[in-house]
Amino acid sequence: MSILQISHYTLTTSLGRGVDSNWQKIQSGTTGLKPCDFLESHTLKTWIGEVEGLDIPLTKNTEFDCRNNRLSALGLQQDNFEEIVLKAKEKYGSSRIGVFIGTSTSGIQQTELAYKEHHSLSSENLPDWYNYDKTHHIYSVAEFVKKQFGLNGMTLAISTACSSSAKVFASAQRAIDAGLCDAAIVGGVDSLCYTTLYGFHSLQVTAENICRPSNLDREGISIGEGAGFALVEKHTEANDADVLLLAYGESADAYHMSTPHPNGDGAYLAMQSALNQAKLKVEDIDYINLHGTGTRTNDAAEGIAVGRLFGSDLPCSSTKGWTGHTLGAAGIIEAIISTLCIKHDWSPQSLNTETVDPDITINIALQASSHKVKNVLSNSFGFGGSNCSLILGAAQ
Amino acid sequence: MKPIFIDAVSVCSPGLASWEIAQAVFQHQLDFAPTPLERYKPTKLPANERRRATQLIRLTFKVCESIAAERHINMSDFASVFTSSHGDSYIIDQISRALTLSEKLVSPTQFHNSVHNSAAGYWGIATGSTLPSCSLSAGEDSFITGLLEAICLSHALGKSTLLAAYDITPPSPLLQKLPIPQDFACAFALSPVETSHSMAKLTLDFFNDESMATQVDTSLENTELEHLRTHNPAARALPLLQALASKSSETKTLHFVQNHSIAMTVTPC
Repeated sequence: MSILQISHYTLTTSLGRGVDSNWQKIQSGTTGLKPCDFLESHTLKTWIGEVEGLDIPLTKNTEFDCRNNRLSALGLQQDNFEEIVLKAKEKYGSSRIGVFIGTSTSGIQQTELAYKEHHSLSSENLPDWYNYDKTHHIYSVAEFVKKQFGLNGMTLAISTACSSSAKVFASAQRAIDAGLCDAAIVGGVDSLCYTTLYGFHSLQVTAENICRPSNLDREGISIGEGAGFALVEKHTEANDADVLLLAYGESADAYHMSTPHPNGDGAYLAMQSALNQAKLKVEDIDYINLHGTGTRTNDAAEGIAVGRLFGSDLPCSSTKGWTGHTLGAAGIIEAIISTLCIKHDWSPQSLNTETVDPDITINIALQASSHKVKNVLSNSFGFGGSNCSLILGAAQ
Repeated sequence: MKPIFIDAVSVCSPGLASWEIAQAVFQHQLDFAPTPLERYKPTKLPANERRRATQLIRLTFKVCESIAAERHINMSDFASVFTSSHGDSYIIDQISRALTLSEKLVSPTQFHNSVHNSAAGYWGIATGSTLPSCSLSAGEDSFITGLLEAICLSHALGKSTLLAAYDITPPSPLLQKLPIPQDFACAFALSPVETSHSMAKLTLDFFNDESMATQVDTSLENTELEHLRTHNPAARALPLLQALASKSSETKTLHFVQNHSIAMTVTPC
């Protein structure tokens, strides 16, 4: 298996646009979450992580205009990401760069709006302005990214709920190994919509107060929106990337559609297989970025799985107290945060966590700490029992 | 890219209710007669999950369970790839309707069924396989992209891999925007190495416009099947199914991302 390097990356969340503004708030312990005031859902008692500035329509590839693709466009504009992709396009050719984007709901808000108009006008037809194919379609976000750069290589959207944009790294690595492309844009984009706000509310997993991962009286998730992108290429000595994708581990729970296996068996398998692939021992990992949604079941099951494999010393934290749960974008957003931890030899606390649930016996970090961070494991688990663990490591 | 071996195949669509019927249709022993499908009752799902299974899950289970029924197949040791351009449009319709009402009460079952990997989730519960599973969409190229993902996964793991491709006719009013005329699903058991059960070796060759200017999709003689092929993204698999039914060496061409195509060569084992 070839090792990929994370040649360039960017993220946009409720913390801000681009790496610096996100990192600054993570280091200062400032959350991006606020009480829900999203359109008509302001009556929902929950917190959200909203990205500012998504009310401006797209100016390029306008047929793709919707909240999710506006968030994609805004994300791509940060950290010179576009410039660097265009350079890679010159180097490899437009058909040799793959596009692998994770999303859970793509531009579903357009369908919500179209149905609302259809319902209120009691009309037979959905409105003319509603372009399902270029907005709501799960593939839309991947096609949009491909079009923004004029690429025509392998392009797909991976949609495995909240593990989607962790799994993009695995698919891209395999495609590059198989010679289907030479480099890839991997990404994850999910945006606020009623479907997820009211859907998670119906499952009683949204927290009324701000999400507090691993806390004794945690209530559930705060939904956030966000976009993260990385350019990945085969690692060669000549390249000067700081951080590598050392391995990934994927597994299925084969247990329940919306509840993790209570012993975290699927999570354990994913982490174990990532370690095996990286040929690393448990003591080689310096920090774990937990999936840590803040639900009772996830944090308990993940705690058991991490404890079984890594014991109770290794510092672990969830960064969802800052960004909220960005669903299909969480995998890559947290992979990028993990990359920054390696770059800065620093690992964050579990924000908003005050009293760790005594049943969670792993080392949930209540303080950030500066220490050597060479290798990080980042977990992402989704509905349908879809698990993915990534191991990122310093390139030395 | 490395070839892959096809150890089992299944299909389900009006007029192609099983692989046996499809073979007979492709071999001109039977006329293509698209009659509505019976509601399939998955046999491998626990009662609770079966009750919650939507039409899309049932169709996908029909093709996946018929592969699992082959005596040489042990599904608990299979990885899987589920590819669908549009996913569960009935669930999207029902949730979107609920959200037009002031209470916005979404059904929890509908919500967990709304994920694009719903079929994969149910399939994991049914088979107990904990091996990697991917669910994806690549629009009109969903079938070939799913096939590529499955080949890559199978070789990377050194494991047999189930590939399921499916798209269904959406309900009104979504149908106006998403005019898919018929449901279609198919599934393949792919093996990274030849086994005693391998039906055929599948080799893929990539072409772009410059190298093969006249290359276009292989079409089907039967106009109704051709209409299905061009109007349901999962039915882009039809030429491959036809080649497998012929039990002879054949090459079929399929569109893959603008200006590119893939020649799929089937060689019987």
